Amino acid sequence: MKSSYRSKGRRRLLLLVAVAFIAIGFYVLEVVGLNPVSLLESGLLAMTPLALTAVGECITEKSGVVNIGLEGILLITSVTGVYGAELFGNGYLGLLVGALTGAFIGLIFGLLSVYGRADQTIAGTGINLFAVGFIQYLLMAIWGFPGIHMMQKRLMVRPIYTPFGQLSIVTIFAVAAAGLAHILLHKTVLGFRIRAAGESPQAVDVAGVRVDRVRILATAIGGALCGVGGAFMSLALIGGVVKEISAGKGFISLACVVFAGLEPLLALAAALIFGFTEGFAFAVAVTPGVKEIIPFYFVNMIPYISTLVIVTFAVGRRRFPKASGVPYRRE
Amino acid sequence: MKRLEIPEIPVRSITHSAVAVLVGLLLGALLMIIFGHDPIRAYYWLFRGAFGTVPDIMETLAFATPLMLTAVTFAISAKAGLFNIGAEGQVYIGALGAVAAGGAIALPAGIQIAVATIFAMLLGALWAIPAAILKIWKGVHEVISSIMFNWIATYLTTYIAIYYLADPNSAERTVAALPGARYPILVEGSSLTAVVFVAVAFCVGIYIYLWGTKAGYELRLVGANPDAAKYAGVSSKRVILLSFVIGGLASGLAAASQIIGRPPAWTLYATLGNVVSLGFDGIGVALIGRNHPIGGIFAAIFYGGLQHGSRYMEYNAGVYSELVRAIGGLIVVALAAPEIVDIVRKRLRT
Repeated sequence: MKSSYRSKGRRRLLLLVAVAFIAIGFYVLEVVGLNPVSLLESGLLAMTPLALTAVGECITEKSGVVNIGLEGILLITSVTGVYGAELFGNGYLGLLVGALTGAFIGLIFGLLSVYGRADQTIAGTGINLFAVGFIQYLLMAIWGFPGIHMMQKRLMVRPIYTPFGQLSIVTIFAVAAAGLAHILLHKTVLGFRIRAAGESPQAVDVAGVRVDRVRILATAIGGALCGVGGAFMSLALIGGVVKEISAGKGFISLACVVFAGLEPLLALAAALIFGFTEGFAFAVAVTPGVKEIIPFYFVNMIPYISTLVIVTFAVGRRRFPKASGVPYRRE
Repeated sequence: MKRLEIPEIPVRSITHSAVAVLVGLLLGALLMIIFGHDPIRAYYWLFRGAFGTVPDIMETLAFATPLMLTAVTFAISAKAGLFNIGAEGQVYIGALGAVAAGGAIALPAGIQIAVATIFAMLLGALWAIPAAILKIWKGVHEVISSIMFNWIATYLTTYIAIYYLADPNSAERTVAALPGARYPILVEGSSLTAVVFVAVAFCVGIYIYLWGTKAGYELRLVGANPDAAKYAGVSSKRVILLSFVIGGLASGLAAASQIIGRPPAWTLYATLGNVVSLGFDGIGVALIGRNHPIGGIFAAIFYGGLQHGSRYMEYNAGVYSELVRAIGGLIVVALAAPEIVDIVRKRLRT
C-alpha cells in the first residue's frame, strides 16, 4: 500500500504545481496584455466535454468495463444533439437527446461486454470506426450536405453572464457531475456495488447482486455523460457539426481517467489542466510577436503534445480494478 | 488466453469472420431501411460495382493494396499483445517520404522508385518509434499515445506539404512523383499498379517472419503468453520496439502505394484526402483477417471492394458511400463479441 500513498502524494503535488502554473500563467498574460477572464472562459469551455466524458468513464471503469469507444460516442452524440435541438426547437433538449443517445450506445456496449463477453478494446475501436462513417452518413441522410452542418444560432446553448464572466450551465453541470459521481461511488450502496463489480465480481455475485446489471448500468451512465459532452461540443462550442468535431477528445478524456486513477474529482482536475493548457497555449501562440514565429499548424498540435507530456510524466503505474476489462462468467 | 495459430486453414476463424461480416451487412441494411433506402438494390450495386467486371476487380485491388499493409501494422502489434492504432499517422509521415524522395529530388530512373519506397517506409517506421519508446520507458498506453501521434502527424504533414513540398503550380497538392519514381500501371485505364505485388510480397514476408523465424516466434510468444516469454528470456522491450518498427514500415509502404503507385494523382493532397483513414480502415481489415498477414490480404480485397463498390451504390441506389465505413465498424463490433457471433451461427445452422 506504501506505493499507493506515495502516488497519491505525488498526484497532489502535481495538482499543486499545475495550479501554480495556471496562476503564473495568468500573471504573465496580464503583463503581456491579454485578458485573463477570457482565458478563464475559454479554458472552462474546453474543459467541459473532457470533464463530462472523463467522469462518466471513471464510473464505467470502476465497474470493470473499459469503454474506449468514447471518441465514437462524442461524434455520434454531437450529431444527435443538434438533430434533437432542431427537432424540439430547444438547445437544452438537444443536450438531453445527446445524453440519451450516449446512454443507448453505452447500454449496447455494456450488453456486448457483459453478455457477448466482448473484447472491450476491440468493441470500443469498432464503435469509433463505426461512428466516423455513421455520422457522415447521418449528415447526408438528415441534412443532405457532406461533412458539415451549421445550425441556427438561436438553438445554441448560450453561456450565462456572471460577475466573473461568461459561464455555461453545462460547465456547472460537469463540475456537479464530478462531485455527484464521487458521492455515488464512495458514499452509496450502488457505488459500493459498482466498485465491487470491478474489484471482485464473484463476491458481488455471492452477495446476491447481479454483476451484469451493475456493469451495464455503470456503462450506460458513462455513455450518458459522454453524450452530454458530445452534444455540448456541437450545441455550445461550435454551433453545428463538422465531421472531425471530436478531434481526439475521447482519447484525451481517457488520458484524464488514467491520470485520475478512476477518481471523478481528480478526473475533473485533469480535465481542467488539459482545458487550461490548451487555452493558455493558444493564447500565447496567437500573441503578436509569437504568432509570426510559430505557424498555426503547430498551435493545433498543443493539446495532443500536452496530453503526451502529461501521461508520460504525471502518470505513475496506476492500480486499476482487478477485474478491469475482464468479462464475468457465472460458474 | 490467446492460442497459437496452427498453419493449416483455420476453418473456424474464417466462418467466424464471415458471420461477423454478415452481421455487419445486416445492420447496415437496417440503417438503409431507417433512412428509406432499398438495401437489396444498394448491396446489389455495391457488390456488382466491386466485383462485377474485370476493370472493377482491378480497381478493387487498387483499393485493397494499402489496406493489406496498414492491416499488417495493427496485426503484428496484436500478435505481440499490443494495440497499435497509429497506422494513420505513420501513413501521413510515410507519404511525405514518398513525395520527398519521389518528386522533390531527381535520381536515376532505375533506383528512384526503390529509394522513394524505402524512404517512405523508413519515415513510417520513424514515426512509430516514439510510441514504442513511451510504452517501454514509462508504460504509456499505446492506444492513447498512438492517437495523439496521429493528430500531431496530421498537422505536421499538412505543414510540411504546404510549406516545403507544395507544387509551385498548384498549392493544394505537393510536387508530383517523377515518371521514374512511378510504379508501372498494370492495365491501361485502371489505377492498379505493380505496387500491388510489392504489397503482397511484404505481407507474405511478414507471414514467413512470424511463423518461420526465431524472432517471429518470440514476438508471438510475448503476445500469447507474456509469463512464458519472460521465463524463456525473451525481451518484451525488444518485441515492443520491433513490432512497432515493422508496423511503421508497413504503413510507410502503404503511403508509398498511394503516392507513387496510384494514378491519377501521383501526389499528396494538402487535405491529405488521398491517404486519409487508410490507417483506421486497416484496423478493421486486420481484425476481419484474424490478425493474420495472409488473412489480411483477403480481408483487404473485401474491404477494398466495399470502398470501390460504394460509389456505384451511391450513384444507383442513392445510399451515401460513407455507410460502408460504418458497416466496417459494425463488423468489428460483431467480431469483438464472439458469443454473439456464435449465437448467430447456431441460429443459421438450425
